[in-house]
Amino acid sequence: MRANALGRSDPSWLRALLIAVTVLFLGLFLFLPLLTVFLEALRKGLATYFASFTDRDARQAILLTLLTAAIAVPLNLAFGLVASWGIAKFEFKGKNFLITLIDLPFAVSPVIAGLIYVLMFGAQGWFGPSLEAHHIQIIFAVPGIVLATMFVTFPFVARELIPLMQEQDTEEEYAAISLGASGWQTFRRVTLPNVKWALLYGVVLCNARAMGEFGAVSVVSGHIRGLTDTMPLHVEILYNEYNFVAAFAVASLLALLALATLIAKTALEARLESRQRAKEAVDMEIVHEY
Amino acid sequence: MRLPKFKQSSVLPGFGLTLGLAILYLCLIVLIPLSGLFLKTATITWGRFWEVVLNPRALASYRLTFGAALFGAGVNAIFGFAVAWSLVRYRFPGRRILDAAVDLPFALPTAVSGIALTALYAPNGWIGRLLAPYGIKTAFSPLGVAVAMTFIGLPFVVRTLQPAIEDLDAGMEEAASTLGASRFQTFRQVIFPFILPAAITGFAMAFARALGEYGSVIFISGNMPMRTEISSLLIVTKLEQYDYAGATAIAVVILMASFALLLAINLTQWWFSRRLGRSRA
Amino acid sequence: MSIEARNISKTFGTFRALRSVNLKVDDGELVALLGPSGSGKTTLLRIIAGLEEMDPDGSSAILFHGENVTSSRAGQRRVGFVFQHYALFRNMTVFDNIAFGLRVRPRLLRPKESEIRKKVEELLHLIHLRELAPRFPSQLSGGQRQRVALARALAIEPRVLLLDEPFGALDAKVRHGLRQWLRRLHDEIHLTSLLVTHDQEEALEVADRVVVMRDGRIEQEGTPEQVYHHPRSEFVMDFMGNVNLFHGRIESGKAVFGSLILDHTEAGVPDGQGARLFVRPFELDITRHPNGLPSIKARVTRVQSAGAQVRIELSSESGQTVHVEMPHRRFRERTVAPQDNVYVTLLDSRIFLEEKS
Repeated sequence: MRANALGRSDPSWLRALLIAVTVLFLGLFLFLPLLTVFLEALRKGLATYFASFTDRDARQAILLTLLTAAIAVPLNLAFGLVASWGIAKFEFKGKNFLITLIDLPFAVSPVIAGLIYVLMFGAQGWFGPSLEAHHIQIIFAVPGIVLATMFVTFPFVARELIPLMQEQDTEEEYAAISLGASGWQTFRRVTLPNVKWALLYGVVLCNARAMGEFGAVSVVSGHIRGLTDTMPLHVEILYNEYNFVAAFAVASLLALLALATLIAKTALEARLESRQRAKEAVDMEIVHEY
Repeated sequence: MRLPKFKQSSVLPGFGLTLGLAILYLCLIVLIPLSGLFLKTATITWGRFWEVVLNPRALASYRLTFGAALFGAGVNAIFGFAVAWSLVRYRFPGRRILDAAVDLPFALPTAVSGIALTALYAPNGWIGRLLAPYGIKTAFSPLGVAVAMTFIGLPFVVRTLQPAIEDLDAGMEEAASTLGASRFQTFRQVIFPFILPAAITGFAMAFARALGEYGSVIFISGNMPMRTEISSLLIVTKLEQYDYAGATAIAVVILMASFALLLAINLTQWWFSRRLGRSRA
Repeated sequence: MSIEARNISKTFGTFRALRSVNLKVDDGELVALLGPSGSGKTTLLRIIAGLEEMDPDGSSAILFHGENVTSSRAGQRRVGFVFQHYALFRNMTVFDNIAFGLRVRPRLLRPKESEIRKKVEELLHLIHLRELAPRFPSQLSGGQRQRVALARALAIEPRVLLLDEPFGALDAKVRHGLRQWLRRLHDEIHLTSLLVTHDQEEALEVADRVVVMRDGRIEQEGTPEQVYHHPRSEFVMDFMGNVNLFHGRIESGKAVFGSLILDHTEAGVPDGQGARLFVRPFELDITRHPNGLPSIKARVTRVQSAGAQVRIELSSESGQTVHVEMPHRRFRERTVAPQDNVYVTLLDSRIFLEEKS
């Protein structure tokens, strides 16, 4: 492989040094913290570890995390699909501006993401009084958590789909239209299968963030145990109560989720890359058969 | 004369519907709430605004937040380059696992990394214990904040540098060496300028991310006002005191800094692509 | 099923791709739309298919067998469209690709799966690719992909067949083979077809009628014979093949091109009128001595063998490069070699008067 050959052109002392730096740096900053989570969780043995999950509040937290993700991810997925068709398959003015707007949530600090929803729906917010009048609770309740999560995970699916669909040409869609397919049929049978790995990739990332979001949710939740507690928030509560083992136990679940995400991400990246390489190889082929 | 059309005509169906729905959703979830922030800012008098924003406690939080974020991004720029270079150019056992692991700060919930880092760097933690005899206090000090921000920014620098290093034209390096350049000269004059745009972008992205970071920092920092209080925590504190206006003011400062960074990143990429005729930074 | 395109115009921004074009294709005809890039031929084809919208104009219309389909969507027009780069559905097998048009029909009009299967197998047999039915497009060669694209278009039993430079992306040998195959297929099924190409050889070989386009307008229409041997303009002549060009003028009933003097009997041409002489390389011969035919003196500069023909390059007295082409046998009889001084004689030619500026 080219890169490997080039690598050998570096003097071996340099190679040794850089590799050592890499291993130490990554080991220090990545592996040690990860290891710490599991070691601290298991400090008092397996029995205590598992006991942390049978706690009622912990179970509620897990359920709320799952519920939030179950709402936020499909909605943002639907948005990603809809937006990518409208943006990638048509030419119109302001397209780049729209794409930048979609990326906005990435530039906003999680705490600020929570803040803006408090400003809208909080007791002193714009809609605060009218919400109270109707006895609808958004802030310090589940809807607020879901909304804040939707905000921070908003772009994940769209930004995987849009560049890919823009890169792919539209000829297959035109072919489908000429054969009599409706817009929906074309999208479902032709467009979607061509982007399925990027779609899955976006969903995996979106889900990881949805389940792990802390800052934004912390601001809107009110930290009410058993009611408006997601898993990350529960970790904080337990930690602040010096219940370290339980805190790390719940954290370890989230860490396992992170590891699963990393594995899925790596596998999907390999898929996407090999598809891209296969496509390039086919395009360059000079075919001689009849 | 034809009026410039908004959209090029196309026979593919669904433009109006999909774009309409997308924009509606965008407005509801992102644009309207964000504009609420700026509307709120408008209700604050200038006097009050500057009072909050330039308050000594706020200023201390900026110094800490920006300083630590800068430190973290800087450390990542240097070590991140070493990491990216090794991962792309060398082959060694465990390389693939390390490569995948780079994304860990991205995938790990910030609360988890927060408590893990604290446990590690606390006076009785594995690393804290090693540093204590030298009088180096990590947890509950600005250094701890910097460490957390280094952690959070790591993937941005490495992941931005990797493609740039992969894109390096082997021919250029070989030509330089056949012309008699030492490895160091080749690096300085051929390799470095090529990856500089990516390095700057990665640095800026790590910096921007660290500015707004909350979860991974508040555990290790100790949150002492004027000493180890980051700006995002200040926002939360004000909110808890129902000082919406104050929270908004500080938030605007941080947001403006983030947007400015984003603009700087885009300008850098644009400028470099113009100069060097490449479409990536 | 005839095709009629009336007064079609299309503008992209400031670029006028089509200017009030009128085209008729008779039932069962295979017509080639021939022209260079930018001539508007593909745009016209796509407008007929409904894949592109024409500029709105009350007098514009597309009619299939007299029926106005201008307002119908592409899917409703029942055209079979074959794309330049095949546009096969990557994620579907060859079988599913061909079956697609039938499977997306609304429930009421959709044939049963068993009928669909039968139809697809018939088509697979027609294109000689039965064994490749379970393969994916990425596993096929270019020529095979194009045949699948054609079968896919034919599956919906289209009223007309529209092909957009179908063989452009293939290498020469495959192109020749597929061209002949397409012609034979057309002779069998007699489906009204409109083929877009920039390759004049292809148009001449395959089509019943050729329509030459340039800059959004039709330059000339006619049978291949008519367009090739009786071009009505310089552009058509030049486009249809290699050509030698001589500049000269008309004087007292004669067309004078240096030492070439030809009779020019067209009435009403003033003396001094500029003229251009177009001669195809195979309409020239080489002799050692003048033989009574109009000729010019020239020196052989290069001799090249090009397949079945020999190409000779010469430099005339005035320094102009002249290209002559002849079969190997005739060349051997001439016994000429580079640096020889010879006479280039005119067997046939065409004179076009220069337009008054």
